[in-house]
Amino acid sequence: MAVVFERPKALLDVPFHYCPGCTHGIVHRLLAEVLDEMGIEGETVGVCPVGCSVMAYDYFGCDMIEAPHGRAPAVATGVKRTNPDKFVFTYQGDGDLAAIGTAETVHSATRGENIVVIFINNTIYGMTGGQMAPTTIPGQVTQTTPFGRDPELAGYPVRVCEMLSTLTGTAYAERVAVDSVPHIRDAKKAIRKAFETQKNKKGFSIVEVLSTCPTNWGLTPVEALKRLQDEMIPYYPLGVYKDTTAEEGNK
Amino acid sequence: MERNLMKGNEALAEAAIRAGCKCFFGYPITPQTELAAYMAKRMHKAGGVFLQAESEIAAINMVLGAASTGVRAMTSSSSPGLSLKSEGISYIAGSDVPAVIINVQRGGPGLGGIQPSQADYWQTTKALGHGDFHLLVFAPASVQEMVDMVVKAFDKADQYRMPAMILADGLLGQMMEPVSFPEINPDAHDKSGWAATGHKGQREHHIINSLYLKPDELEKSVTDRFARYDQIKENETDAELYLTEDCDILLCAFGATARVVKSAVNDARAQGIKAGLFRPKTLWPFPVKEINEAAKSAKKLLSVEMSMGQMIDDIKLAINCSKPVEFYGRTGGVIPTPAEVLAEIKKVGGAE
Amino acid sequence: MLAKMTVITERCKGCGLCVTACPKKIVSLQKEKRNKKGYFYAECTDMDSCIGCTMCAMMCPDCAIVIEK
Repeated sequence: MAVVFERPKALLDVPFHYCPGCTHGIVHRLLAEVLDEMGIEGETVGVCPVGCSVMAYDYFGCDMIEAPHGRAPAVATGVKRTNPDKFVFTYQGDGDLAAIGTAETVHSATRGENIVVIFINNTIYGMTGGQMAPTTIPGQVTQTTPFGRDPELAGYPVRVCEMLSTLTGTAYAERVAVDSVPHIRDAKKAIRKAFETQKNKKGFSIVEVLSTCPTNWGLTPVEALKRLQDEMIPYYPLGVYKDTTAEEGNK
Repeated sequence: MERNLMKGNEALAEAAIRAGCKCFFGYPITPQTELAAYMAKRMHKAGGVFLQAESEIAAINMVLGAASTGVRAMTSSSSPGLSLKSEGISYIAGSDVPAVIINVQRGGPGLGGIQPSQADYWQTTKALGHGDFHLLVFAPASVQEMVDMVVKAFDKADQYRMPAMILADGLLGQMMEPVSFPEINPDAHDKSGWAATGHKGQREHHIINSLYLKPDELEKSVTDRFARYDQIKENETDAELYLTEDCDILLCAFGATARVVKSAVNDARAQGIKAGLFRPKTLWPFPVKEINEAAKSAKKLLSVEMSMGQMIDDIKLAINCSKPVEFYGRTGGVIPTPAEVLAEIKKVGGAE
Repeated sequence: MLAKMTVITERCKGCGLCVTACPKKIVSLQKEKRNKKGYFYAECTDMDSCIGCTMCAMMCPDCAIVIEK
């Protein structure tokens, strides 16, 4: 018998520090599988800012840069502009990308920066123990919305794919989820599409991945997947929000 | 060597390009905006990258990104912009990445003013960001020195793998003087051992990082850095000593202020007052040996700054408060005149 | 045996996502044995029924499952 499924080469043989059932691990694997399939691990530089995935430099086999909170797209811009032949990705959480780093997100997109942004949306700040994130859903209880997020006090969530799809520089924006195998397959296709978009120098690509945080949601890993399906997907509909490559009709 | 008349801000930009700077990330702020505008015209033609960022914060992080791949990278701003860049600068120091940052100072605090100032001395030499770290700080006093120090800053930043600052001010940035540009080798320092350029399957992956969750690992990364800082303090200080061999009163000033003070020293000498000038060219590492040399014969020291008095602390520390150190300064963008300084020399008097 | 599912027991955190993902319902968490970190690790209870669809491995957040076919 031959091995048909194992840890991709672009993931180092290091146990993840993530909580049991945290889907960061799945997205790490999908990203690494794409790097393997495109054979570009040696040509890739990843940027991981502050958040649960800040130590992704211990997991990805490619060169990695740890960036300040919210600033990964700017760091990635610096890398890509001076090394245009290299593949550059950022791997960011919702607090990082849609709160403190909103300006960097919007401007790297509107500049059409030829990078891939992997955006993990789990509607909470994970590493710091479960505070409200810019994607926390109205009514959702977090450490800083103990009575449920009240839009009158804490405003409304940011729907990032929709927002960035209005920017000309955005070449590809898709929201996916990793709550089920079919969705995981779609998520991998989206990540692959994003890297192909970068390869064809089409501009800014973002894959928003609806993800779970069992520990800070106070749910078991399996219950967390259910919450993703029942509450997050209706609020953050999956799908392609922009795809300039499709409009050109190639592939 | 060809000499051309150039504005300070533009000379800084041209010097960076000549030094092999391959990318500049800027943001408009008076009084240094001509630097970015010059880069916008010249950098692309010189085969480099110019990008106006959405903020000074984004700009310094673009520098972190580019410099992490071993490319010579630079950003510039003025006082408030440096406050915004401070977190990024701390990351650059903590990740052992070389980079050049320029501050063309303006009056502060807050929005302050747009006239020249030296009130960022403390910020720059004591805490341009959180945590234990230093950056090389060069203080030019002429447009030619701005050119020479940019070239040196890139070289030393690469040599010691750390950020380097050119601390100029609005006066130097805006004035024009003849300059010539030295020939240099931008690739003098091999960065292949650490740069994040893609491992091509030929080496372990490189990580540019300042996060160490284990305290003893973080401590070791800091103490290693401080061992390099000790080396720098030993070898990299630089200062100008003017008429100090027999001076009774030693004037201390840096940057544009030092030019005003030099005139006052000459006027004092013409009136029989033995004045001398100590002008640090490096603010970190502070020229301790040089100031003690300069102060040997002096009975009093007088620090003259465009601030409320910040370098005066380092002067006292350097001479262990062995002699009285007075202060004269103007701030808010007011530039002291030679006459004011001469009057102060007489008032403070070195003779008695 | 059509296919083989191997759990890298030390990597498993007992999260149970593979259990729900398996279409054959032949994956479950240990009730007695734990790994060094104290997690009740997952295992396949009826290897002969495994069809090697890799769905358990795709759901695993820790790359703790290897599938052979």
